Amino acid sequence: MNKRPSSLKLLANQIGYQNRRFRRNVMAAFFTLAFPLMFLLLFGALFEGVDIAPGVEVAAAQFYAPGLAVFAAVSATYTNIGISTAISRDEGILKRTRGTPLPPWIYVGGVVGSGIVLAAFGAALMLTVGVLAYGIEFDWANLVPAVLTFVLGVASFSLLGLALASVANSGQSAPALAQATLLPVAFASNIFISVRNNPPAWLELLGDIFPLKAFADAFFACFDPFREGSVYEPWLLARIAAWGVLGALVFWRKFTWEPAVGGPTRSRRRR
Amino acid sequence: MPTVVVENLVKDYGTLRAVDGLSFTVEQGEVVALLGPNGAGKSTAVEILEGHRTRTSGQVTVMGADPATGGAAFRDRIGIVLQECGIERELTITEALNHYGACYTRTRPLDEVLELTGLTDLADRRTHQLSGGQKRRIDLALGLIGDPELLFLDEPTTGFDPSARRQAWDMVRGLRTLGTTILLTSHYMDEVEALADRVLVINQGKLVAQGTPDELRAGIADTTLVRFDQPANGGTVQELFGDLTGTATAANNRIEIRTTNPTGDLHRLTDWALKHDQELGHLEVTRPTLEDVYLDLIGGDENE
Repeated sequence: MNKRPSSLKLLANQIGYQNRRFRRNVMAAFFTLAFPLMFLLLFGALFEGVDIAPGVEVAAAQFYAPGLAVFAAVSATYTNIGISTAISRDEGILKRTRGTPLPPWIYVGGVVGSGIVLAAFGAALMLTVGVLAYGIEFDWANLVPAVLTFVLGVASFSLLGLALASVANSGQSAPALAQATLLPVAFASNIFISVRNNPPAWLELLGDIFPLKAFADAFFACFDPFREGSVYEPWLLARIAAWGVLGALVFWRKFTWEPAVGGPTRSRRRR
Repeated sequence: MPTVVVENLVKDYGTLRAVDGLSFTVEQGEVVALLGPNGAGKSTAVEILEGHRTRTSGQVTVMGADPATGGAAFRDRIGIVLQECGIERELTITEALNHYGACYTRTRPLDEVLELTGLTDLADRRTHQLSGGQKRRIDLALGLIGDPELLFLDEPTTGFDPSARRQAWDMVRGLRTLGTTILLTSHYMDEVEALADRVLVINQGKLVAQGTPDELRAGIADTTLVRFDQPANGGTVQELFGDLTGTATAANNRIEIRTTNPTGDLHRLTDWALKHDQELGHLEVTRPTLEDVYLDLIGGDENE
């Protein structure tokens, strides 16, 4: 009698499978990796160094590259997981998977694991370009807090991506829902523009409600040239985690493996 | 113990009773077809057996397990070919088979699955480059990769052209000779006649008849069908019906007489026609086909 494949092996297979699907999906790769990279290069061309004190100049990228790294990570988790899972459900791939002996949590683990791998790759890409092209600086003493903050952030946004897939009623509405929720919030969250100095109250509120600004600010703290003492931001990290818990709850209550009745596969299969 | 035992299965969707007290068994190695019109409850019943749906009440045992609680150990032993399930467009056929195969304890060798489903030459193609019929064969291949003891085939040839259907039938026959137990659904009479050892006719969630194709036909074996166009003065043809031993029905400008006394009824019919100077257009005298048996069982046109 053969033995059942181990959970670890199954999980590794699932992560590899999701990564492969991502690599071969041009649209997903563009929005997750090329889009933030484009902003980084664009901002690099637009903004010059900042004199922070007489004779002390800091690259402008020092302020926006960490934010764009967070944006890439959120695109790889929230947007990518939300859209790809909703499409897989529409196409019946989730239902097919549910009919195999693969435990459901391992499928979900594969989706999240793959999102985190992609997020790490995207963020590393932004920061590497930031260091090589614009000379941003990173104090390696902050490596552990940076990694821990990043892992908490992408874990929470992965859960929010699963929540997005749970509330999107089709693979067609998922991209609109993802962008409509992410982009406006991004403008209020120190991603594209800095709202650190006296923003309008409503913009500040928008940023403070949602977890993106918390993630961007907590991650930026590890790159902040003016900061002294601990770079951990416990209050911001708590807010990120709270949103992760909310995402998990929505996923738990609302997620389905079956396509909506009369969804697009119905017309696609009938030919 | 039979491979599948279903007792008094009921499934409600809100106020609609989709499956209404269904009971049947499937023996090991048997090919059994659930036959019925769209909406008869076939797919719902099969999806309960697969573990995709919960039941409202009744007992279901599949290979000794309850599909609702059988989990991975249960799914390890079955293969499912669903009606409408996509395939990852980013993967090649080989990659998809390896990916799904990795979930099972036992797998059927890749080459064998490709061979059985006629996909050997397409193995390295991305799935989105393939035709509908070819994709359906991948569905079947994915159902087989885990070397199942029991295979569910939900309308395996819906939407196929005639030659693709023949190919699919040959594949199913091949599986049967390998000893796989198969439960299939269909709304095509010729399909179940070609494939099934036993047919369960389902209508409105209820089992209305079961048996081998021959046994089903035997139910009205001594019946003869006499059919002809409605005569021009349609009103007066009714007066003839009382004299017939068989029963007459009219639909779509055709009249059909079901009789066990074809000689006498034909005589009375033609006598009436000559007297009234009526032509019996497109007159035919036939034995009922399995299709007629089926339409009879489900009470009329299957498209209704």
